[in-house]
Amino acid sequence: MVAPILPLVVDGVVLRRRGRRILGPVSLTIEAGGITVLMGPNGSGKTSLLRAMHGLERLNDGAVRWQAPLDETRARQAFVFQAPIVLRRSVLDNIAYPLVLDGVRRVVARARAAAHAADVGIAGLLDRPAQVLSGGEKQKLALARALMRKPEVLFLDEPCANLDPRATRDIEAILRRAAEAGTKIVMSTHDAGQARRLAAEILFLHEGRVIEAAPADAFFANPQTPEARAHVNGDLLP
Amino acid sequence: MNDITSGLGEAVRRVVTLDPDLVEITWLSLRVTLGATAIASLIGLPLGAWIAINRFRARRLVIAILNSLMGLPPVVVGLFVYVLFSRSGPLGVLGLLFTPTAMVIAQVIIITPIVASIAHQAIRDLWADYHDLLISLHASRWQRVQALLWDGRRALLTASLAGFGRAIGEVGAIMIVGGNIDHATRVLTTAIALETGKGNFDLALALGFVLIALAVAVNLAIHFGTRTERSSRW
Amino acid sequence: MKLLKTLLPFAFATLAASAAAAETMKMSVTTSFANSGLAEVLLPEIEKDTGITVELLVVGTGQALELGANGDVDAVLVHSRAAEEKWLAAGNGTHRREIMYNDFVVIGPASDPAGARSAEKAADAFADIANAQAAFVSRGDDSGTHKAELKLWSAAGIEPSGDWYKAVGQGMGAALNTAAGLDAYILSDRATWLSFENKAGLELVFEGDPALFNQYAYLPVNAEKYPSVNAAAAEKLEAWLTSDKAKGLIDGYQIAGQQLFHFNAVAE
Repeated sequence: MVAPILPLVVDGVVLRRRGRRILGPVSLTIEAGGITVLMGPNGSGKTSLLRAMHGLERLNDGAVRWQAPLDETRARQAFVFQAPIVLRRSVLDNIAYPLVLDGVRRVVARARAAAHAADVGIAGLLDRPAQVLSGGEKQKLALARALMRKPEVLFLDEPCANLDPRATRDIEAILRRAAEAGTKIVMSTHDAGQARRLAAEILFLHEGRVIEAAPADAFFANPQTPEARAHVNGDLLP
Repeated sequence: MNDITSGLGEAVRRVVTLDPDLVEITWLSLRVTLGATAIASLIGLPLGAWIAINRFRARRLVIAILNSLMGLPPVVVGLFVYVLFSRSGPLGVLGLLFTPTAMVIAQVIIITPIVASIAHQAIRDLWADYHDLLISLHASRWQRVQALLWDGRRALLTASLAGFGRAIGEVGAIMIVGGNIDHATRVLTTAIALETGKGNFDLALALGFVLIALAVAVNLAIHFGTRTERSSRW
Repeated sequence: MKLLKTLLPFAFATLAASAAAAETMKMSVTTSFANSGLAEVLLPEIEKDTGITVELLVVGTGQALELGANGDVDAVLVHSRAAEEKWLAAGNGTHRREIMYNDFVVIGPASDPAGARSAEKAADAFADIANAQAAFVSRGDDSGTHKAELKLWSAAGIEPSGDWYKAVGQGMGAALNTAAGLDAYILSDRATWLSFENKAGLELVFEGDPALFNQYAYLPVNAEKYPSVNAAAAEKLEAWLTSDKAKGLIDGYQIAGQQLFHFNAVAE
């Protein structure tokens, strides 16, 4: 067994775009186990922080450190984007793609992808071109593909935005199962209800900074900052 | 109107009787144009893809040059190739002037920018779409190119067919470098120019109809061959 | 890239298809010669008698001479004496051999608004057209026919210009198409005119002046300048073109019952 890549240490990370600071400085540690949920209003920096942790953003300051050399961590983490990106090929080939990238033979990769697709409830769609799927089906496909390499860390950016309650329930169930199987889940949501249902730990962002970090129970029982309190109560922030 | 009906009749008569001259020039048209399309695709498709996914200093300049070359008059290309391959020119010793090879070379110069430019646009859009995912999945540079070429194959086919369409109807350049020599370098378009010059409008139109039919046949054959029709929504 | 795999063999087949079996030579000729249809009578006989396949490059006089000057053809057959002599003086060819002549004719609208039909000489007919400001299409392409036309204008003492004078810069056939479309006067060689099939409202309005005679000359390209030139074939072709057999075929060639070319090569 190789050494785990967690905990992830975010150390003084700052992102600037067009001269404006959109994130940071942020320092935090993501430990293994459970689901960590990023909360905060639109524009508070949730997406930027997730992307920075996954290595999709160029950092203007600070560093993101894993417990293994960066190159080794790449294939051991995955990301599900808010607007799911699907490859213009069949559902089956989409799900099998990460394995193909790893050099697994196409036949084998497809067989494993088919088995895996059943777990997320899209076994009936395997031969369909991915672009014609509904929003919920695309998100399930993206999730199945992200889990294909059995990542140690899975980042999700608002995975249930724009989905109906049923698709949301399905996706939450998949996430819970993945977390139980040992995948660390770090996700953002603006839906306080979803955060209550899933989170073990909450990171609350406001204007590009993490202003509150607490176990979920404590956070929801007694938010420490006025912004978090307002958000949890459903008030509109000034 | 009379010219058109008699042209159509003449076309049908020559096709039905498999007129040997018609078969010869049609076959040469097809060979030259498909050859040029294949070579232009080999150069233009990877070039377009490469420009789409790489950031380098002269990128804007290369794109600007490609787009300008698309508007290059074929006569200029023909003259350029003629000067190059003339006995008095730098490549004259090759003895390629007035051969189908010279015609292929001229057409490659004419259509490669078109193929590359259309491929560039298609791959650029696809790359914008795929970028984050492929980075996230840690695909190597070569794997990214593979994914883009494979998933963009229909757009790339369109790029090649656009090149084919330009080449099959081209006359200015191949007239100069091919010479329209009977039984050697005469193709449909140069034959049409010749017959028009003679005032043989119905024969010229007949050849024109054959040219259109040929272009349509090749397009249909390729579309059915690659089964784009079956999954047209892709 | 299945498509490329399918197409690639075509590309290579095309590249490989340059070598021909029998002896061939290339000759650049003017459009008027090729469009007359005489080439289709002569070429098969030449091949039968000499074994030489003559490949014709049908272009304007200027380009025909240029192809010879660049060594891209083995011989040139044109009809523009001044240009031919200048070309020879530049060392592009070995010599000039007159083969045959045909004549130019003045073509115009059947109604002949300029009254060119009643002119005595070709230059007078041109003067009538200019005076009437009747539409006139000029080749305007520096071809032998164009040069003959300019000579007639200067003989008439006229500098042609104005809306009525349209220089199209194209070959004989295309210029005739334009004249047919505009119902205009035009100077054409007789051969192209007779075999031209889009006459529309045009008719022959003037002919027969010796000033309209049009001498064709055969010019072998200088093999010392370009070793790739097939001088032996060019010599054989010259012998054939000046033979009695050629005389019979050339003088006997008719369109619509009219003799087009007059053989006048002098035996050596």
